[in-house]
Amino acid sequence: MTRENLPVGHDLDPGITRYASDLLLNLSQTKHDRRGFLKGSSAFILGLFLLQGSPAKAAGGENLLSAIPDLERFQGGEATPHLFIQIEADETIRIVCHLSEMGQQIWTAVAQVLVDELDAPWENVKIEQAEGHPRYGNQNTDGSRSIRYNFERLRWMGAAMRAMLEEAAAKTWKVPVKDCEAELGFVLHSSGKKLSYGALAERARALEVPAKDKVTLKKREAWRAINKPVKSLTAPSIIRGEGEFGQDVRVEGMKYAVIARPPQLFGKIKTLDDSEALKTTGVERTVKLPSLEPPAAFKPLGGVAVIASDTWAAIKGRRALKIEWEAGPNAGYDSKAFEQKLMEEVRKPGSAKLVRGDVAAALDAASKTIAAEYYVPHQAHSAMEPPAVMARWEGDKVICRGCTQSPQSARGNVARVCNIPEENVTIEVTWLGGGFGRKSKADHFAEAALIAREVKAPVKVVWTREDATQHSYYHSVSAQRLEGGLDKDGKCVALLHRTAFPTIAATFSYGQDEPRWGDLRQGATDTPFAVPNMQVESGKADAHVRIGWMRSVANIYHAFAVQSFAAELAHAAGKDPLAYLLELIGPPRLFDPNKEGAEYDNYGSPMEDYPIDTARLAGVVKEAAKMADWGRKLPEGHGLGVAVHRSFASYVATVVEVAVDESGKLSIPGVWSAIDAGTVVNPNHVKAQVEGGTIFGLSNALFGEITAKDGAIVQRNFPEWRVMRMNEAPRTMEVSIIASTAPPGGVGEPPTPPAAPALTNAIFAATGQRIRRLPVFDASRRDRLPASNESKQSE
Amino acid sequence: MSITLTINGTPHTVEAEPDTPLLWVLRDHLGLTGTKFGCGVAQCGACTVHVDGKTRRSCVTPISTLSGKQITTIEGLEGPEADAVREAWLDIDVPQCGYCQAGQIMAAVKLLEKQRNPSDEDIDLGMSGNICRCGTYMRIRAAIKQAAEDLG
Repeated sequence: MTRENLPVGHDLDPGITRYASDLLLNLSQTKHDRRGFLKGSSAFILGLFLLQGSPAKAAGGENLLSAIPDLERFQGGEATPHLFIQIEADETIRIVCHLSEMGQQIWTAVAQVLVDELDAPWENVKIEQAEGHPRYGNQNTDGSRSIRYNFERLRWMGAAMRAMLEEAAAKTWKVPVKDCEAELGFVLHSSGKKLSYGALAERARALEVPAKDKVTLKKREAWRAINKPVKSLTAPSIIRGEGEFGQDVRVEGMKYAVIARPPQLFGKIKTLDDSEALKTTGVERTVKLPSLEPPAAFKPLGGVAVIASDTWAAIKGRRALKIEWEAGPNAGYDSKAFEQKLMEEVRKPGSAKLVRGDVAAALDAASKTIAAEYYVPHQAHSAMEPPAVMARWEGDKVICRGCTQSPQSARGNVARVCNIPEENVTIEVTWLGGGFGRKSKADHFAEAALIAREVKAPVKVVWTREDATQHSYYHSVSAQRLEGGLDKDGKCVALLHRTAFPTIAATFSYGQDEPRWGDLRQGATDTPFAVPNMQVESGKADAHVRIGWMRSVANIYHAFAVQSFAAELAHAAGKDPLAYLLELIGPPRLFDPNKEGAEYDNYGSPMEDYPIDTARLAGVVKEAAKMADWGRKLPEGHGLGVAVHRSFASYVATVVEVAVDESGKLSIPGVWSAIDAGTVVNPNHVKAQVEGGTIFGLSNALFGEITAKDGAIVQRNFPEWRVMRMNEAPRTMEVSIIASTAPPGGVGEPPTPPAAPALTNAIFAATGQRIRRLPVFDASRRDRLPASNESKQSE
Repeated sequence: MSITLTINGTPHTVEAEPDTPLLWVLRDHLGLTGTKFGCGVAQCGACTVHVDGKTRRSCVTPISTLSGKQITTIEGLEGPEADAVREAWLDIDVPQCGYCQAGQIMAAVKLLEKQRNPSDEDIDLGMSGNICRCGTYMRIRAAIKQAAEDLG
């Protein structure tokens, strides 16, 4: 999710509340600055810090912020090398990671980039987590942007510090700096003498940060860590049960809280009887939270918290609460009825968002037309770690410690909800037991801060699995209709794509019932097909639960429909789906949706550096097909499906092989994916993200469905809410990374969108059954594919 | 009530209600937070521990049933299988977020203790109770096979 896909800035309704605009300002304040930190030579005057010991333990490392005396001067986000690299006298290279570690191995990646340019030995690296503060620049760890936005910036920082060490050595030896060269932890002089980084740190501390033109980045060929499969910095702790997640936070005198939240969004407590709850051993008291008023944003949902001496007592106490809820304005939300409503919406013309040629005329004139309708239900992120935050107050200041993808947004949110200045809020970031976008939303931080203020003691708010499933920021439900026209040779000459879904913007701008550009930019207005007549339309849809971004966001449903329809067009044309997909992508060219009536922000990256390049799109398709040995003879009941999608400035193609036995039971013998993410920092971890992102997409496609009845979410826990397990996962998966010197694209999200359509295209190839409604196995299907095609297709 | 639990070879006396699941005693009372809370209903495996040599879901195991039993958590897990599993986990870089991995490792070690050379079906059977939302399944499978090979 990019901040541009949030209802930020130009996506906001003019009438949006101050709350939301503050919130979004917070999210958008640090623009992607390609010039990096070094705008001039005079701005930064601090030298290297020689640290004298470090305070509080953080997740797997230490928090050194209080050991840095001058950080206030960095308010405003102009980060310097010193914020990120500390060199200690004992040669320790202490890296501060300002982005949240949630399994994408950003700790390792940030260290790889900094250490490589610094030219320090990897074994000297220690890493720790930054708190949430604007001094670091944008810390929002979503939108597959951590490396995309920070790669160059981190390189310049490492290189600047290397230059300062060289200068320090030159001054020590009273020799010209040109004769001094840093290499693997030492500065060497042409005479043969050398000094270690640790020995130079104190002298370097007094130097000014050099101007950019005095700093040289390493050549690609000289990289020692970047683009190498460096091992994870977190795994050694994880395999021993060490490291601190949000759920793991414990401080002296801490109480535990679980919250009974209103079943419906904007529901309220009508009556509360907590007498039985208070009799539960270990329960100390209850705290009522303020009722939620629209817009939902990141405010607490309301309800009542049970405060206890341990989590179990709090859970038991919550069970003993007697609450009568007032259901509120969303009591009528029923996802089954809503599905029909969305479907009707896409059967009529919507608001045109991209117009090329004359699609209506071309459809009329086509030799053959087909239409298909697709539906993808709500999903929940379901990170294995449910949200959790500890908050403790010191006077009018609050310290929150927990799992967040966006600590700066958490800071602003806590300040607003508690009505205190942001400076009074400290956000300490733990490891995240998965994020997937859920932990970008800081409602749990606001809950903890409010409750701890009331209780006057440190409180950890623990979300249970039921809480996480029933009170998420749900992936939007969506309906789409595609119509295609073929000429007499089977070539696609007309493509109409209609999409309707409750927009994420509704979470921040109450009542907004149609998307602006944000969600449409993700796989709708940026479909790079070489079709002469094409139109993208969006319809209206109201939101009745909190709609939020989830790993790859609107790309999930848009890619599902578009890539399924590509295979349907191929079938209608009597052609091989792979060949037809390449024909749709067409000749190598750069596509810019802005030139065809769409507003396209390219995930916050400049079009000139990150164009939509159909050659790269076709490139990953061909690579994945080659890996899968597309066209080979398959065993009975097997089928191959292919899909490709560009998102977050990267390209991923996936081929799925399914095997369906006579009883309709499905398995996935193999998956092959190719990713072109430009320059990659850690090939092994990029492969891990492709594997994991694909599993995420396959899991949601096969099993994922959150439904609502009377406004409340039906599913409570596993397995009602079902995610993929070992025995259901692909038996093998191969990933190929396209070698590239292009700037780094996103990695965490782009593998997810092609997974679902590759799967359902494979099911079609194996069985002739076209799945247009996800999940493949909804509650009625009980793990068996239907005997015949249940979906409608008009030809 | 007061109950003594033997955890990783050390007796711990805790004050807790008898119905309290072991998970919360480990995490909240003893600070052994390596055992994770994922679902609370024995569906995800994040809370897996060993009790008298068998895998148990600590989130649904009341402490009243554990008197005199040997409890092993990720913090105290050792032995040749544990060494081989940890080494393979690092070599293949299995963990992503890591939250489920303690449970995965507890399950994998038990699987290898029972079967030195597990087939794919054995791995399915032994590991399908442990959910990983990051999707590290292929690497877990590969790491179990590698650990099995290392164990000989």
